[in-house]
Amino acid sequence: MTEIPLAAPAVLKGPGATPQRAREREVFVPRDARRRTTLGALRERLRWPLGIYTTPVVILLAWEILARAGVLTKTYAPAPTSIVKAAVDLWQQGVLGPDLAISLQRAGLGLALGLSVGITAGVLGGLLRSGEYLFNGLVQVLNTIPLLAVLPLMIVWFGIDELTKVLLISFGAGVPMYLNLFAAIRGVDQRLIEMTRTTGAGTWRLVTRVLVPGSLPGFLVGLRFSLAYSVLGLVAAETVNADQGLGFLITQGQTYLQTNQVFVGLVIYSLLGLLADQFVRALERVLLRWRPSYEAS
Amino acid sequence: MSSTVATDLRRGTGVVVERVVRRFGDRAVLDQLDLTIEEEELVILLGPSGCGKSTLLRLLAGLDRPDGGRVEVPAKRAIVFQADRLLPWQRVLPNVTLGLHGPDADRRAREVLAEVGLAGREKAWPKELSGGEAQRVSLARALVSEPELVLLDEPFAALDAITRLRMHDLVRALRTKHQAAMLLVTHDIDEAIALGDRVLVMNDGRIGSSHEVHLTAADREASVAREELRARLLEDLGLAGQH
Repeated sequence: MTEIPLAAPAVLKGPGATPQRAREREVFVPRDARRRTTLGALRERLRWPLGIYTTPVVILLAWEILARAGVLTKTYAPAPTSIVKAAVDLWQQGVLGPDLAISLQRAGLGLALGLSVGITAGVLGGLLRSGEYLFNGLVQVLNTIPLLAVLPLMIVWFGIDELTKVLLISFGAGVPMYLNLFAAIRGVDQRLIEMTRTTGAGTWRLVTRVLVPGSLPGFLVGLRFSLAYSVLGLVAAETVNADQGLGFLITQGQTYLQTNQVFVGLVIYSLLGLLADQFVRALERVLLRWRPSYEAS
Repeated sequence: MSSTVATDLRRGTGVVVERVVRRFGDRAVLDQLDLTIEEEELVILLGPSGCGKSTLLRLLAGLDRPDGGRVEVPAKRAIVFQADRLLPWQRVLPNVTLGLHGPDADRRAREVLAEVGLAGREKAWPKELSGGEAQRVSLARALVSEPELVLLDEPFAALDAITRLRMHDLVRALRTKHQAAMLLVTHDIDEAIALGDRVLVMNDGRIGSSHEVHLTAADREASVAREELRARLLEDLGLAGQH
């Protein structure tokens, strides 16, 4: 869809519109036929490459300019280019690579554990009444406990090793997955389930052809929350106690007033979140092609 | 559905409903209702909204159980609902084969889709279909299992007048190919006259009156006999003199 630039309206006033008889008329012509102003052409060219990244890029540019002009001091907020430079330096020193690897490993393990438990419990809870009685109350209670508040308890229980970190991440990932999957399965249109039963399809067909695809949108919402919360869990786990990982990098930077290094950690965390979101978006485009959804023009 | 009790069957074919009662709260929607449908007969159930037509149809479908009396229907039966109820996440062909098993399921589904005039649309998503096309897919889904009884719950009520007339032609054509008893619930008198072998009018939770329709296709369109039948149906519905 192309946007109608305000400078070149597709609506032309008819010649019959005289001042005395103020009966306004509208004429619609094909979008290509309208006159193209230089401003409109420029807008179209500018729109294309940035997309949803328009605002982040604008903020980065402003930040860079303010930092170079000396408005933002280096210890307060170093320029984006110097953050990138710090990242490159850290990588070349052989610090960033291992730290990133260990963080990704923690996030991956935690996600795998949390998602398996969340999906299994969600499917059982969604499909079976007994599953609902078994899991629902428990997860609803867990859901009200903030992730960060569990951390001290986990350290007492599981020590300060990797186990605590992985469990915290899996806790963050598992709970939203269960809640969304449960709601999605229970929310599948009752009329479609009734229809499926009347066609003589068995329980297996009902599950594979109706309940699973019908709960897929809710599952993807759950996945998005899970990925986001697992990054949150990663941050929380790593800043409290670690001698490796991104969190350690940040804590170290904070201790020695290396604001650059703090920002490098933050940028990587945010990139992880962005990647996770793009991953789910790609999944949605493939898996939810059937959905007649709203597309903003 | 397998939960239908198979004790003392009255007959081999068709539908037998005996003194069926269905209550919602204090209100008896179906009150000692009797109904038989012969093999390969198309019976129209006519009545205003809320008279219990759909309740009766749901009892015949096995989607609901009676509070009294007994319902005997063939195990092989299919329903066409008022809304198409297609699975939006499946293309047309898997929507038709939903209840079908075996290696020739796809071939049979293609045949039936061709019968309803949708050959070549097997790969369309339901969101790409018009209302009439979607309802034809749901008709194909019902017929593909070769049922002995087809229950149609106001299947064309949501369609425009021109599409509805086309669907009537389609139903007539399909009846020559598929040997099945049909019960069509409607509130449209013209639809009843256009399609039915027998038209039943529901009143106070029972079958109020029954009219056999012995008219040729041309006479169903326009004839003196048609107008007389229409007048009698209007009278039975309590609308005499208003139209």
